[in-house]
Amino acid sequence: MPMLEIDNLSVSLDLPAGPLHAVRDVSLSLDRGESLGIVGESGSGKSMSALALMRLLPRRAGMTADAMRFDGTELTRVDEATFARDYLGPKLGMIFQEPMTSLNPVYRIGRQLTEASVRSGKLSASAARERAIELLDRVGIPEPRARMAQYPHQLSGGQRQRVMIAMALMMEPDLLIADEPTTALDVTVQAQIMELLADLRREMGMGMILITHDLAVVARNVDRVAVMYGGEVVESGAAASVLRQPRHPYTRALLGAIPRTDGPVRKLEAIPGTVPSLYARPRSCVFAPRCAQARPECTASRPPVQGDADHWRRCVLADAELRAAQQAPEVIERARTGAAETALEARGVSRVFQSRKGLFGPPHEIRAVDNVDLSVHRGEILALVGESGSGKSTLARMLLGLDAPTSGEILLDGIPVSDMAPMDRAGRVQPIFQDPYSSLNPRRTLAEIIARPLALRGEGDAGARRRKAREMMELVRLPDRLLHSYPSQLSGGQRQRVAIARALVTDPRMLVCDEPTSALDVSVQAQILNLLSELQRDLGLTCLLITHDMAVVHQIATRVAVMLNGQLIETGLAEDVLVRPQTTYTRRLLAAAPRFEHDEAASEDMAP
Amino acid sequence: MLRYILQRGALALAVAFTVSLATFFLLNVATDPAYAIAGEDATPEVLAQIRETYGLDRPLATRYFDWLGGVLTGDFGESYYWNKPVAELVASRAPTTIALALSALSVTILISIPLGALAALKPNSWADRFALGVAVSAQAVPNFWLGLIMIILFAVTVPIFPVSGDDTWLHFVLPAFVLGASSVPAVMRLTRTGLIEVMDSDYIRTARSKGFRGMPLLTRHAMRNAILPVVSVLAVQLGQKFGGSVITESIFAINGLGRLALESILGSDIPTVQMLIFVFALVFVAMNLLADILNAALDPRIRIG
Repeated sequence: MPMLEIDNLSVSLDLPAGPLHAVRDVSLSLDRGESLGIVGESGSGKSMSALALMRLLPRRAGMTADAMRFDGTELTRVDEATFARDYLGPKLGMIFQEPMTSLNPVYRIGRQLTEASVRSGKLSASAARERAIELLDRVGIPEPRARMAQYPHQLSGGQRQRVMIAMALMMEPDLLIADEPTTALDVTVQAQIMELLADLRREMGMGMILITHDLAVVARNVDRVAVMYGGEVVESGAAASVLRQPRHPYTRALLGAIPRTDGPVRKLEAIPGTVPSLYARPRSCVFAPRCAQARPECTASRPPVQGDADHWRRCVLADAELRAAQQAPEVIERARTGAAETALEARGVSRVFQSRKGLFGPPHEIRAVDNVDLSVHRGEILALVGESGSGKSTLARMLLGLDAPTSGEILLDGIPVSDMAPMDRAGRVQPIFQDPYSSLNPRRTLAEIIARPLALRGEGDAGARRRKAREMMELVRLPDRLLHSYPSQLSGGQRQRVAIARALVTDPRMLVCDEPTSALDVSVQAQILNLLSELQRDLGLTCLLITHDMAVVHQIATRVAVMLNGQLIETGLAEDVLVRPQTTYTRRLLAAAPRFEHDEAASEDMAP
Repeated sequence: MLRYILQRGALALAVAFTVSLATFFLLNVATDPAYAIAGEDATPEVLAQIRETYGLDRPLATRYFDWLGGVLTGDFGESYYWNKPVAELVASRAPTTIALALSALSVTILISIPLGALAALKPNSWADRFALGVAVSAQAVPNFWLGLIMIILFAVTVPIFPVSGDDTWLHFVLPAFVLGASSVPAVMRLTRTGLIEVMDSDYIRTARSKGFRGMPLLTRHAMRNAILPVVSVLAVQLGQKFGGSVITESIFAINGLGRLALESILGSDIPTVQMLIFVFALVFVAMNLLADILNAALDPRIRIG
């Protein structure tokens, strides 16, 4: 008998626009000690499914399920008080995505760790304290005894996530649900946390449900996978089988959209269109509108489940048909170097921040950027890599002229940025920001947003500006019909295209892109990376790309510059640095990058 | 923590000093104290005589520092109207007003915080609507009218409480309720929105995932976070109770600072008005300081930067 069995779970949210069917007919099962990965992009319903199991759904959400059994007990018949007492903690534990906000800011770590086990009578206060210290040590928190008296804000994000893990383990749950446990953390920390979870699971014989958007994380860490799309499980089976021989067009496209960290660069498989609205209860395949192999029958009725318990999918295509449509992705010739001409140069640039604690505290210096020499050549994409706090965003702000260096000089086209009029500078270098949701004015139409830089510069009349906006939209492959839409009507990927179109409208000499894809889903990231790489090839676009993701570097960068603690520690051609990193830090970054072996996936997929 | 308190204290002193400067100059430049003492029909000779007697012919700056020096030694000057030291006058009336203000604040807290919490736990329920109804009516009803209605209902029709005066604690029930009711809407709403936000937060979700629910969830996880902004507002409200006592004390014939303020304004008793404004301002400043300290005690993010 499986430890957990969920049959036809549905969750709907009561929204002003009507009921939103966030999860539909999801069935999952898990044996004692087994690990299951639930994979999907944002809005696929993966978190909602877990929250429904934990009874932590938002107030507006309601759920139904044919069955939800844990150790043979039907959970839907367990009342709230019993469920909270007997299940939450001792049987089901959960780790959340947001380590920065998931701990109560006004109470000490020690109290938060011990309260549940003391209150439930599982441990005495002193025994709970000892156990908590033991667990903090186990999850890799230095000086655990001293940490017990600290508050969450005194810990880093990675440490807080470790505390969250220790907290869930205090009650020794039979099943641990980890909802994107590493998404908010730096790569090197990500790898450590995932390893820790895997070790702890083995040690304690816990079952685990790992919810993530990252297929590489799943590939390394779970026994079985359920792939969710549009609120449904579209494919499920043993991890190796699903990831190496995907049988659903969505899973396959998703795998094709992941950039890799080595080997030849291939054009990423971008899934056209956007995630469907889940207001209507669809009577057809949820993926059909975006599926390259969709047929009339796909939209006529819900596709049947095919396959066996070890690997099944919800799709009409037979294995042979699926394989027939498979084609090797196009290999992209990477530009080896840009032109010799230098577009942007930083000479000995430093930025020192002065801060003082309180009104009368002693002044305190932070060297965010420390004596950096960097040049970006015309026509290249230079990736600036580093973890949070390395100073890469501060450097980018100075290169854009949004902040002045404390010392050193920045030359744009050979002219010091400090001498340039803001309008002149903005005409030469344009930014693209990380979050396309907050960086576009919600009250302007796309046509207005894109043409705005022209209007500010007083270039052309209204008609000419509109023509130029149209041209830009075509360049970034946004359909003409969106010209008069507002940002709120667009998906994340479309918004980021708008940001790119707006940045390119004045024909700048270069772009500075600050993590342009890290807020986006993999399939959407693929669209944007493909676009940037085409713009470089076709228009000779010069771009400084700030990223923490080595796979993104491998996919589109010509050269790489690695930053650590405000200093530039390594620069070189992307292929050289990725294959033969010169510094230990770069090696560590590369080793920590989650990777997924495409070659195996592609070759085994072809096998009969 | 100690350094934080000292910093805030220094800031509070600076504010108090600025206020003293502003009140002194406003009262002495906008009005002529000599006229106030002598009356409107005074001859120039009488005015000059008065100016000399009271030292009003000296430069303004000299008079300010003279007054400030007095304040620092506890001497606020002589009342023109009652002919006794202002400090003595204020000291004799202060306990009554402090009692009234504190009991009014208790009324505010006892009504608005439970009501706000009740509304927050079940938004859009009947409890929430009831709380909203209370808030809207308390906001719409003017203080003096509520005072009169309370007197008619609970002192005349059903004579439970005395109509006016300040002899026993029973005398304070109605005025404290009237004065306290005026702060209920603001505090209740803030408690409600604060608690709704906290209940939707990630750390409450974490606490739920550990099996917390109901009252323990509210008292052991949510309340301390939700109460942080309320503490600041309560401090300001307590300051306003002192100012608000002017009307309430008049209605219920309570001999406190509010009535003293009203009488000395009507009597153009500038030294008394000056001290009262200064004292009310000091109360405000002190309350804000107290709120800062309480917030730091409740929130480690302020205490340990």
